[in-house]
Amino acid sequence: MLRSPLHDLHIELGARMGPFAGFEMPLWYPAKTVAEHKHTRSQASLFDISHMGQASIIGEDSATELERLIPTDLKALPTFKMHYCCFTNEEGGILDDFVITSLGQDYFVVINAARKEHDLAYLRSNIKKSAVLEHTENALIALQGPKATEVLRRLTPEICDLNFMTMGEFPIKGVPCIVSRSGYTGEDGFEISMAAETAMQLARELLNEPEVMPAGLGARDSLRLEAGLRLYGYDMDTTTTPVEAGIQWTISKTRRAGGERAGGFPGADVILSQLANGAQRRFVGLLPEGRAPARAGTEICIGDNTDNIVGTVTSGLFAPSVEAPIAMGYIDQEYRTPGTSVNLLVRGKLRPAEIVRLPFVKHRYFNTVKLQSASNGGKSNV
Amino acid sequence: MSNTRYSSDHEWVRPDEGNTAVIGITNYAQEQLGDIVFVELPAVGDSFDAGDEVAVIESVKAASELKAPVSGTIVEVNEDLDDAPETVNESPTEDGWFCKLELSDPAELDDLMDETQYEEYTSNLE
Repeated sequence: MLRSPLHDLHIELGARMGPFAGFEMPLWYPAKTVAEHKHTRSQASLFDISHMGQASIIGEDSATELERLIPTDLKALPTFKMHYCCFTNEEGGILDDFVITSLGQDYFVVINAARKEHDLAYLRSNIKKSAVLEHTENALIALQGPKATEVLRRLTPEICDLNFMTMGEFPIKGVPCIVSRSGYTGEDGFEISMAAETAMQLARELLNEPEVMPAGLGARDSLRLEAGLRLYGYDMDTTTTPVEAGIQWTISKTRRAGGERAGGFPGADVILSQLANGAQRRFVGLLPEGRAPARAGTEICIGDNTDNIVGTVTSGLFAPSVEAPIAMGYIDQEYRTPGTSVNLLVRGKLRPAEIVRLPFVKHRYFNTVKLQSASNGGKSNV
Repeated sequence: MSNTRYSSDHEWVRPDEGNTAVIGITNYAQEQLGDIVFVELPAVGDSFDAGDEVAVIESVKAASELKAPVSGTIVEVNEDLDDAPETVNESPTEDGWFCKLELSDPAELDDLMDETQYEEYTSNLE
C-alpha cells in the first residue's frame, strides 16, 4: 500500500485510514464525515489528495499532440488557465476526466488516482514529440471552503487574486507552491502542489489557522456529490460518452461540427453525432423520498413494475448539507426532465424519487470577471 | 459484571426481562462504520435465525447489515432511530439499541463472547 507524504500527520490526527486506489488514505478524522462536510461548507477544510496523479507534457508540439486525444481547444487556453476535459476512446467513451492547465507551450494535468497508470501509459504511447513527466516528487493538498481565501490572505495575499480555474506560483510560509483556484467540493478553494518533503510543514501551518480542520475522503465524496460533480469509475467510464454524462460543455466550440478544428479526437463521430441529435440516455440528479440512500447500482423503474427498468444510479449517499439522500445516475432520455417521478429499487423495495437538476448544492466559485463559456463551463474536477 | 454477550460481527445482546434480549452494535462497530445516517429496522413479529440480516445500517458512504446474533422474534424496535440514526454513534450500547427479541433458544447466548473475551477479540483486530 502506497503512503502519502502526509501519512504520519493523518495518524497523529487520529484519522481512520482506508485503501483508495492503491494508497492508504484518511477516510475521516475523529470529527467524522458529517462534521467535516459541514465544516467545509461553512469554514475551510484541508484535504490530502496526494494520491492523485500530477504530470507535465513538455515540448513545442504539446498542444497539437494533446488535441488528438481530447475534444478541447488547447491553443485557445491562455497560460495559467485551467480546463476540465476528458480522454475519449474510439467509441466516444471516457478513458478519464482531468483538469489541464496551460503553462504556455507546456501543459500540466492532474489525473484520477485510479487511472494514473492507464493515463501515463496512454499519454506516452500517443505523444511522441513531447515528453511526459510524472511529478511523483510532489504532494497535493486542497484547502476548500468559504474561509479558504481568508486563511491564504493572511499567509500570501496575492493568491486571493486568482480567479476560479487559474493557477500561479506562490510561496506560502516560505514553501514554494503551485496554487490553483479549483476543487472538488463546489466551494471556493485552492489546490496546492508542493515538494513532498515540504508538505508536512505546510499542512501543519494551515491546520494551525483557526478556520481550518482536516477532512477525509468520506467528506470529499459527499461534498462532490452534492455539487453534482462526477466521479470517474462510478459516474463515467469507457462506456459513457461526455454527452451522456452531461459534460458536453467541456467540448470546445472549435472542436465541434462547423468549428475550425472540428473532430480529430477519438470517438469524434459518435460524440459529434450525439451533440447534434441527442443521446439515448442522460445523466441526472435523483432525490429519493425518505431517509434511505440509494447506492450505486440501484435500478431506476417507472411505475410499480420492477421489470420496467429505465436507468441505474451510479453514485448515491445521505447528503449532510441537503440533510436527505441524494443520487446521480443514467436514465433513458425520455424520463430525464426534472420533476419526473420514478421508483428506485432499494433492497427489493420500490422507493419513490424525483428527477432533479444538478447540482444539489449551488456552486460558490470565485470569479471577478465573467468567463468565456467556451473555455470554462464553471465546473472543475481535480 | 455485565451479562451482555457479543458476536464476532460486533453485535451485542443484553438479556432483558423474561425470555427477551435487546440487541445493538458495539462501540467498535460504530467507529468502523463512521457517521450512521439511516437505519432500516425489522417489523415487530418478524422472526430470525441467528446469522440472518435483521436490520440495515447506512453510513454516509456504505450500507452494512446487522445480523441476528441469536434466533428469535421481534417484540419491540427502537423507533427513535428513524429520526435520529446518529444515536447509534453517540450511544451504541444504550440509547442506540436496535430491537428486542423473544429468544427462541436462550442457550445460543452461551455461544457468544463475554465482555472480556470481546475486548480481547477486538484488540487482536487492530
